[in-house]
Amino acid sequence: MKKINPFLKSKIMGWLFVIVPTLLIALFYFYPMVEAFKLSLSSGKGNNLSFVGLANYKRLFSDPVFINALKNTLLFLIVQVPVMVILAIFFSVLLNNKALKLKGLFRTIVFLPSVTSLVAYSIVFKYLFSNDGIINKILLSLNILQEPMAWLSDAFWAKIVIIIAITWRWTGYNMIFFLSALQNIDPEIYEAADVDGASAGKKFFNITVPLLKPVILFTTITSTIGTLQLFDEPMNITQGGPGDATTTISQYIYNLSFKYTPDFGYAAAVSYAIVALVVILSILQTRLGGRDEKKSK
Amino acid sequence: MKRNRNKTIATYVFLVIMSIVFAFPFYFLIVSATNSSIDVTNGRMLPGGELFNNLKNIFSQTAMTSALKNSAVVALFQTILALLIGSAAGYGFEIYRSKGKDIVFNIILLSMMVPFAAIMIPLFRLFGKMSSISPMIGINSYASIFLPYIATAFLIFYFRQNTKMFPKELLEAGRIDGVSEVGLFFKIYMPTMKTTYAAAAIITFMNSWNNYIWPLVVVQSTEKQTVPLLISQLGSSYSPDYGMIMAAVLVATIPTLVIFFVLQKQFVAGMLGANK
Repeated sequence: MKKINPFLKSKIMGWLFVIVPTLLIALFYFYPMVEAFKLSLSSGKGNNLSFVGLANYKRLFSDPVFINALKNTLLFLIVQVPVMVILAIFFSVLLNNKALKLKGLFRTIVFLPSVTSLVAYSIVFKYLFSNDGIINKILLSLNILQEPMAWLSDAFWAKIVIIIAITWRWTGYNMIFFLSALQNIDPEIYEAADVDGASAGKKFFNITVPLLKPVILFTTITSTIGTLQLFDEPMNITQGGPGDATTTISQYIYNLSFKYTPDFGYAAAVSYAIVALVVILSILQTRLGGRDEKKSK
Repeated sequence: MKRNRNKTIATYVFLVIMSIVFAFPFYFLIVSATNSSIDVTNGRMLPGGELFNNLKNIFSQTAMTSALKNSAVVALFQTILALLIGSAAGYGFEIYRSKGKDIVFNIILLSMMVPFAAIMIPLFRLFGKMSSISPMIGINSYASIFLPYIATAFLIFYFRQNTKMFPKELLEAGRIDGVSEVGLFFKIYMPTMKTTYAAAAIITFMNSWNNYIWPLVVVQSTEKQTVPLLISQLGSSYSPDYGMIMAAVLVATIPTLVIFFVLQKQFVAGMLGANK
């Protein structure tokens, strides 16, 4: 029997391992992306679609519901991501202190929310902040409020509740990445700084923050992508209300496709707005992060 | 010295207050699950004796039993298939490394940037077409809930990263012993990488158990409802039975809490896998 060239054999074997996963990724990610783009160039009810060119994209700019959903999503992004990342860094620095007692317990408590399902915690927050909910009762009994606050039916406070909820859920998750990075920092760097008489603040800003930069970049980008896709929380805490005050882009896509008379073409155009945002913001953040890194070198 | 001590006290005070804030929703959840709806509305903040009653109500008045079963079936299939596919790919890309494969790998990584909302509609239409092939893989089937997640760039990347630390001499030794190339993967790689698989399994199971948006789109009957769909529906009812709903939320949360506390190390390892 003729022996197969071992080099060729190894080549074939390698592709054998990766071919099925590659095809599945193509089928479930790239094919839908292409389809969504094709859909975004057509319009019609349900499956009766006809080609309309860029009309759906033009419609985006004059659609008040879309503009509002975009504003809400960006607001959540701009307020929530920095607050959470800063809080996560702060916690990780405090809880990385070896002399601190009960640090394991504190870490677990801050991390525990990230174990809960998004729907489950959203429902808990919905009831915490309802009109006759416990938050109102506590604030009334402390005389901070004189009458119950309608948190979820007030356009401003409903947004705040969503931001508080997301921050509660994800701060501990991000803290873990910072803790793991801090544990990799050589303690001698700090000892050297102590010898030089550096203050705690100086050590934090001149040593810790620059060393954490890659993790800051990573958590900021993943949180940005996550927030741009925000869906479960507004859906289950406020149903996007009051009015459209907390409706996000993902929720609008869902509504356009499955709640109202399906308009898949326009919904696909809206979804490309998220794609555009993800790409633009990721590039922007990588650029900013990269430039700062060069500067600090 | 005194300034240092004050600082330590301030740190503890801050951490204790933050711990109360972070733990409070859990306390509220557990206490509410043990109280009647009226007690919850009245703001009772102490454990009550209604837990068993609330649990009885969930299982008799809602589709919780089938929801738990559905979520378990979906999570099981999703975890097994995603691990098999993700690890085979990660192994293939790293062990049989080539220029062509590296290009394919980088293209796969791009799929991590794809927002789910952007592919949701085409996926829904794809499974609509699959319905005509077989209802087993069409809309409202178990398969339709987990199939989009069985090949993920995250797991392929995760396994490839971990394979870098896999001792390749083991494969050479296996080849000398006459083990086939496929056999090397199943008989040598898999058992050696047990902890890598454990961490990946936890993350995949959790993602599946907690998934909401796609099941919401693709599940169209109460019999196929998963746990998040059921509790979301309960949470939006007009005359909510708070005690029962909170007991349902607790039932939905307990599996993930148990996994976390039992397998804390693998859990965190799986999470950090993305950042190695």
